[in-house]
Amino acid sequence: MLTPPQIVETYFLESRYMLLEIAAYLDRYDAAVNRDQADNSIGNGSGQATGAEDKKLALIRRAMTMLVEPKPQQERTRALLELFATQ
Amino acid sequence: MQIIQPHYHAIARTAQDYEKMAMSGVVAVAEPAFWAGFDRLYPETFIDYFRQISEFEPTRAAQYGIRHFCWIAVNPKEAENVSLTREVLGQMPEFFQKPTVLGVGETGLHKSTKNECDALEAHVDLAMKHNQLVLIHTPHLADKAHGTKRVLEVLAGMNVNRSRIWIDHVEEQTIKPCLDAGYWVGMTLYPITKCSPKRAVDLLEKYGRERILVNSSADWGPSDPFTLQECVLEYRRRGHSVQEAVEVFHNNPCHFLGQNPKFDIQPIRIESDRTESGSDQLRQSVSV
Repeated sequence: MLTPPQIVETYFLESRYMLLEIAAYLDRYDAAVNRDQADNSIGNGSGQATGAEDKKLALIRRAMTMLVEPKPQQERTRALLELFATQ
Repeated sequence: MQIIQPHYHAIARTAQDYEKMAMSGVVAVAEPAFWAGFDRLYPETFIDYFRQISEFEPTRAAQYGIRHFCWIAVNPKEAENVSLTREVLGQMPEFFQKPTVLGVGETGLHKSTKNECDALEAHVDLAMKHNQLVLIHTPHLADKAHGTKRVLEVLAGMNVNRSRIWIDHVEEQTIKPCLDAGYWVGMTLYPITKCSPKRAVDLLEKYGRERILVNSSADWGPSDPFTLQECVLEYRRRGHSVQEAVEVFHNNPCHFLGQNPKFDIQPIRIESDRTESGSDQLRQSVSV
């Protein structure tokens, strides 16, 4: 099995990539909200409520706060799966 | 849909790539000179490499109906060997006469040392003197922002035609200053270490299509030429039209690379005809 330094080295770039994808996902959402608000101001927006997607985004944000816990009480992966099962 | 792959290291790939690219719409590739995975010691090694990508590789691509063009340069990682760089630069003009050589590239920076900056300036100067296009590599990962800033500083001190220079591997933190300065930019799609197809489409939606190229590089390392097709799919699934996709993935390469008359593939326009049954039929025409 890999040593702690080997774990960090082996999966660092992959983890960096996945975090960038999450960041881009949130930026993409913000950009869409801004576009929609601008369109609404001229009467061309979707007019859709943001409640449903806000619930999912709240789960994503909650998951990220759970990841930064240095000593979680249970495995992070299991905790996240249980969190997402609540949606 | 017809696609042009403007940055592709064919000699590191198998013929299966060509076959599958041809089946998925790729009509042309452009191959920049690259690092071989080790630092080459002899100018003659570069000369044979330039012969391989300017003479042999077009014949391999042609078997699959794909046009192959190339760029020549000493790679930034080898710029610390000053005498080697000087000797290779001295022999590059004869390759500018070859029918498929489009310009100087990929030059650029890796660690942004003084020797690298000097080599970049010498490459760009040679290109401008011989009326060649330029493809500039920017560093990866932690060095990217600093290296891109240094590239822009080196170019700002030179008398260059900015519309003939393509700064490659831009990401969210580097795209704006390059576009603002009037250069073309390229987004390179890699599975892990560079831009992803989704992020590239985000940037296209944010900055528009003008002076932006998308490529998947594809070399001997972990890479995948079909991330370009993934990007086309991502672009289309967000509601952008076929013609808009053609503008990004076919016509933009035509506009930039076509500044060298050797690249004679013309931009295309997909026109929609309404049939008697009411369905749309797409018709392709060449627009000049």
